[in-house]
Amino acid sequence: MTYESVIGLEVHAQLATTTKIFCGCSAEFGGDPNTHVCPVCLGLPGALPVLNQNVVELAMHIALAAGCTIQPRSRFLRKNYFYPDLPKGYQISQFQSNEEMPLATGGGVDVPTEDGGTKTIRLTRIHMEEDAGKSIHQEAFVAAGESLVDVNRCGVPLIEIVSEPDLSTSEEAFHYLTSLHQLLVYTGVSEGDMEKGHMRIDANVSIRPVGETRLGTKVEIKNVNSFRNCQRAIESEIQRQIDLLETGGEIEQATMLYDPDRNILRAMRTKEESDDYRYFPDPDLVPLVVDHAWVERVQNQIPELPEAKRARFAEDYDMSADQIEVLTAGRDVADYFEATVAAGVQSRIAANWIQGDVMRVLNDRKVAIGDLRVSAESLAELIGLVDKGDISTSIARTVFDDMVETGDSPAAIVEKKGLVQISDAGELDGVIDQIIVDNPEEVERFKGGDQKLMGFFMGQLMRATKGQANPQKASQLLREKLG
Amino acid sequence: MADDSVFSAQTARGLVHGIRRGAHTAREITEEILAHVQNTNPDINAFITIDEEGALTAADAVDQKAAEDQALGPLAGVPIALKDVLCTKGLRTTCASRILDNFIPPYDATVVTRLRQADAIILGKLNMDEFAMGSSSENSHFGAVKNPRDQTRVTGGSSGGSAAAVAAGQALMTLGSDTGGSVRLPASFCGVVGLKPTYGRVSRYGLIAYASSLDQIGPFARTVEDAATLLGVIAGHDPRDSTSAHVSVPDYLLACQRGVDGLTIGLPTEFFGEGLQSDVRDAVMQGVEILEKNGASIREVSLPTAGHPAFAIAAYYIIATAEASSNLSRYDGVKYGFRDEAESLIDMYVQTRSKGFGAEVKRRIMLGTYALSAGYYDAYYRKAQQVRTLIRRDFDRAFESCDLLASPVSPTPAFKLGEKLDDPLQMYLSDIYTVSVNLAGIPGISVPCGISAEGLPIGLQLLGNAFAEETILSAAAVVERELAL
Ligand SMILES: [Zn+2]
Repeated sequence: MTYESVIGLEVHAQLATTTKIFCGCSAEFGGDPNTHVCPVCLGLPGALPVLNQNVVELAMHIALAAGCTIQPRSRFLRKNYFYPDLPKGYQISQFQSNEEMPLATGGGVDVPTEDGGTKTIRLTRIHMEEDAGKSIHQEAFVAAGESLVDVNRCGVPLIEIVSEPDLSTSEEAFHYLTSLHQLLVYTGVSEGDMEKGHMRIDANVSIRPVGETRLGTKVEIKNVNSFRNCQRAIESEIQRQIDLLETGGEIEQATMLYDPDRNILRAMRTKEESDDYRYFPDPDLVPLVVDHAWVERVQNQIPELPEAKRARFAEDYDMSADQIEVLTAGRDVADYFEATVAAGVQSRIAANWIQGDVMRVLNDRKVAIGDLRVSAESLAELIGLVDKGDISTSIARTVFDDMVETGDSPAAIVEKKGLVQISDAGELDGVIDQIIVDNPEEVERFKGGDQKLMGFFMGQLMRATKGQANPQKASQLLREKLG
Repeated sequence: MADDSVFSAQTARGLVHGIRRGAHTAREITEEILAHVQNTNPDINAFITIDEEGALTAADAVDQKAAEDQALGPLAGVPIALKDVLCTKGLRTTCASRILDNFIPPYDATVVTRLRQADAIILGKLNMDEFAMGSSSENSHFGAVKNPRDQTRVTGGSSGGSAAAVAAGQALMTLGSDTGGSVRLPASFCGVVGLKPTYGRVSRYGLIAYASSLDQIGPFARTVEDAATLLGVIAGHDPRDSTSAHVSVPDYLLACQRGVDGLTIGLPTEFFGEGLQSDVRDAVMQGVEILEKNGASIREVSLPTAGHPAFAIAAYYIIATAEASSNLSRYDGVKYGFRDEAESLIDMYVQTRSKGFGAEVKRRIMLGTYALSAGYYDAYYRKAQQVRTLIRRDFDRAFESCDLLASPVSPTPAFKLGEKLDDPLQMYLSDIYTVSVNLAGIPGISVPCGISAEGLPIGLQLLGNAFAEETILSAAAVVERELAL
């Protein structure tokens, strides 16, 4: 029998705020255990949460970017369960039901399809919640049988982005995650740093025979930490379900954990063991009211989104499809490119430089373009020196490396290192004369018609001038002298 | 007994004035009252923790200020004690529970900060029903509080220590908390003034939660004026409490002089029905007549839902216990407080909570957990919220035609220690006239209005619309002045 899979994803993304969702503690990753804490996020008796407005703003940014509807009134609820890294014994979260609305509903994210088109994955909702702490069992400093708790992460603001079960393959899931990640980073809503756990994914997977309209029993895969792992986990789960059905088995509703090292899924709990979280509205927080003016203000702050930017780059600039992808992958790189063009560089040349040398340096050094010591204006200045004929392109590349290292201006480096191109005929004449004297055989052969030797003479010339000869001028003079 | 302490017989205003003109020092006041507390506490059991060192240090700071002619706060040198449900930095805060027996908060509740800023002298922490759950102040890990007017009787609860300390002259004023009547009931039973402010009037930051949507901190004092002074200090918006209101704080002291001429006072029929003891009714009507004599007009009103015990008490116990079941989840033995060591995590949870909480607290946690459970939520929690809305409407309608409502606080005066301990439902009915006030979020006061046949104090409950504390205080002051009890 042929099966099709039905996949829905729940993505938890950490918001890029400086402070936590309900207190003024730092939301920074790391820090010594239990140092980013106060009575509120420690859940001390009597402490009360106060909603961080910035969290709402950021959540609204991604919601509006994804075309969601912002609910004029939403509430926070308590999700009750006992766990050592949950200091209050409940997590403050939002919820969607007949009477409860999360911050945002609807919307969608476009993903590329195999046939080169796009498909919209609908969103169910985007809601805000607080992160829990971290239990530490296996580190060397933890005694056997003991567990330690670090609550630094308690109260770090998260959004949960819940999709409809619109995804059909693990590959689509991967593309969806990539698009969502790009959107989150573009809008500045999340730093999207996977190594810091900024995005964690739960996947709901079911299969059904092709042609069947009812959904199969779904299995939830919890807490996957990378997009590739998510793709592989979904693939494994689909295969497991097919194997089960094919051998006459039955799929049980369950929650699974994915082990990326062994590429296997382990059952966490079955339906019978599922918790009753006893959700109810948190009486310590007032309903969140978002008026039209607030929505409009945030809407106006949303930057150009990846899709629109790609279309505009294709329209406005002279570059390849490949370059459009590279230059619009991040907002910072796109901005850098546009600043370079604004400083007077032709778009094709700017695109070549950024796709080439700039990206090479970023990759080598594992830094963001914002951390580069070469501003777009300096890059434009460097390219200007090439245009004017002051330096050759190859010299320019070594100057660029120097700029990356020192942060000096290109003119200063060219000046300091004496790299100005030799275009002066008198100076070049002497060099060429010497080459003719030193290589009589090659001169004879060239004169006899072996035009390929032009490259040999240019090489000699460049070596003698340490690459500083103006290539056009040099080849013109060579032809005159050898002619 | 109160006469044992000279200073506690004064008003806050008198004390501050005396310090200013050098008639006495804050240290003199504090030393005297601490001695009185030490003498009387073994009988009354109002204090869980007495902070001599902290009190004397604060007193010396006040005297220093006075000596340097610096401005003194409105409560300078005034001896105050706090229900042990309010967090005090560096001073043990137990909620009268074994589970918090060793808990020392690293921060002050907002009201405590405001008291310190007003130069008050904090003497210590007061006994109560564990986690404010109870109507008699017998449910305490530290033993029952005894009524200073008759030590064989309860003080009422849950802020029994707060009422008893004022009644026994162990503090000039105290703070308690009122979730379903926990300030008004003990004030009535002990013959002192107790005010439950509008929900949101006073910051709850640092008040250890019982039921967050109902809890409100309130003052106890010997006089209406002192209660007004204390309310003025603790009231006002607090950015740390999202539910605290952005409503400016009026001059409550001035309101005490206003009188009741021209006010309309409603008597809710349902609060004078079956079960109300006749001497309580007589005392309450005596208070009402005084108000009438002073220019108020009296009329009957009906509170069909708010006044119906089957609705009000049931809705209260579902909402309060539901919130409590969640609020008390944090006491799990992991981070602070009592822990019973065990082999596994789940055993540690079970043993810690089984041994750490008293019977009434466990009863309410179980009730609330049940009310919120899947399959029962609609029948209990949601239904209770609907009743709550109807109760609010009842009061809204009543306040369309009345400025105040007057009623008894409880059907009987203080009952005997142990009398209702084995009968939780009878105990719950002590709050029959008070719980709906918390469900509606409106303010209420208990002011002494008479003495029962057995010589026990009886309180008159005056209720106002939201943020109408001034009207309540003006009427309470009239009753107090005319009765001079
Ligand atoms: Zn914090």
